[in-house]
Amino acid sequence: MNSAFLQFLKSVANSFRDLLPIIIVIAFFQIFIIQSPIPNINDILIGTLLVAIGLALFIRGLEMGLFPIGETMAFSLAKKGSIFWLFAFAFALGFGTTIAEPALIAVAGEAANVAANGGMIENTETAKSGYATGLRITVALSVGLAIVLGVLRILKGWPIHYMIIGGYVAVVLMTMIAPKEIIGIAYDSGGVTTSTITVPLVTALGIGLASSIKGRNPMIDGFGLIAFASLTPMIFVMVYGLII
Amino acid sequence: MGLLSDLFFTFLSTIKDVLPIALIIFGFQLFVIKKRIPQTKKVIVGFIYVIIGLAFFLVGLEKALFPLGKIMASQLTDPEFISGGIKTATDVIQWQEYIWVYLFAFMIGFSTTIAEPSLIAVAMKAQEVSGGAIGVRGLRIAVGLGVAIGISLGTYRIVSGTPLHYYIIVGYVFVVIQTFFAPKMIVALAYDSGGVTTSTVTVPLVTALGLGLANTIPGRNPMIDGFGLIAFASLFPIITVMAYAQLSEWRAGKK
Repeated sequence: MNSAFLQFLKSVANSFRDLLPIIIVIAFFQIFIIQSPIPNINDILIGTLLVAIGLALFIRGLEMGLFPIGETMAFSLAKKGSIFWLFAFAFALGFGTTIAEPALIAVAGEAANVAANGGMIENTETAKSGYATGLRITVALSVGLAIVLGVLRILKGWPIHYMIIGGYVAVVLMTMIAPKEIIGIAYDSGGVTTSTITVPLVTALGIGLASSIKGRNPMIDGFGLIAFASLTPMIFVMVYGLII
Repeated sequence: MGLLSDLFFTFLSTIKDVLPIALIIFGFQLFVIKKRIPQTKKVIVGFIYVIIGLAFFLVGLEKALFPLGKIMASQLTDPEFISGGIKTATDVIQWQEYIWVYLFAFMIGFSTTIAEPSLIAVAMKAQEVSGGAIGVRGLRIAVGLGVAIGISLGTYRIVSGTPLHYYIIVGYVFVVIQTFFAPKMIVALAYDSGGVTTSTVTVPLVTALGLGLANTIPGRNPMIDGFGLIAFASLFPIITVMAYAQLSEWRAGKK
């Protein structure tokens, strides 16, 4: 028990080291550039301590829970040999983790305001919430499809760069015809879909799959699922802006 | 008392976020795979750690980092601070006046990325899978530099008012060309690192910075110009991570 506690203290100290750059940057700007005293110094100290403890716990939980479960599920589904269930799992993971993502809900709300101001939809609450919900479903669908596509790529061993380059070309083409107001939001939506819990799980899934299939290299084939999940929402959101 | 209730409510909302994922995992495990999860107890304890850890993390950020970061973003973008309180008759903006903003964007982009939990997760896996050829620290620094460059360039774009898609398209072209010269094993990881950089810590601060800039500069529309910083932060790490691998390969070849 005692050694476990010591180890925990050590990982909290490690987390502090991770936070040190932020503390230095903020202190530097506050003292030398803005030159005003830091408000609520107590809150800030307590908050920083909480962040460090939280980060240490999160990393421990990652190693104990998220990584092993992602990999064993990939192994079991690959061993079961049913492509259908593997794709169903991939889709459910992508769709299910995205639809409830708080960052996405925030972006969708902003996007509805932009659309209403731009005269694309009526400036009423119902029209706006309908637009925001539609956008969330669009993004969640695109992430679900992205994970399925990424899993298919691991199964087949296709090189990733042709697919990503194809995706880029689609983004560029869509940018030319999509309404101007949606472009910034579409580009940002690629970044907000991948949350702190989704990333470790999806990474473990990809690496688990690539390690359980003969002839696949986990380093070359295992990564890349997140790249798909950040690319497809851009395309889908611009399509959504074009249709609505 | 406020702290405890904050912790409690954040804890509840974290459970709400994790619930769909847990349902999918345990549903598939129960009905499709139909096998017991190896070391079930340990996995469940791990999930509990993740939930408690994230709740602490988020409350701490709300208490310490976000208020301070947002105040600083608004102070640095304040026209009073930029032009020293001297009102000029002309509306012409000198992009050089925003030098502190670019520096702040660079440093805050780098330092928040280093602390980003999802990047730590991917870096841990990359080190394990590559047998140590790619280090946790090296990868995190490479990604942090990418975000730093991306965000400072993104703030420059808002100040200068140039269209977002030009930058992104040029960036894409660069990534495509670089892909053909980069070591093959890094490509997928580099593409992934674009997506992992922007989550819990970075997004709120960067959004505050973008909206602060777009609000205070005359002629910018916060709705159109305030967005787009995240896109910069997801594009440039791809370039720096490939560059990191190219540099390591080149150094190994020289020995």
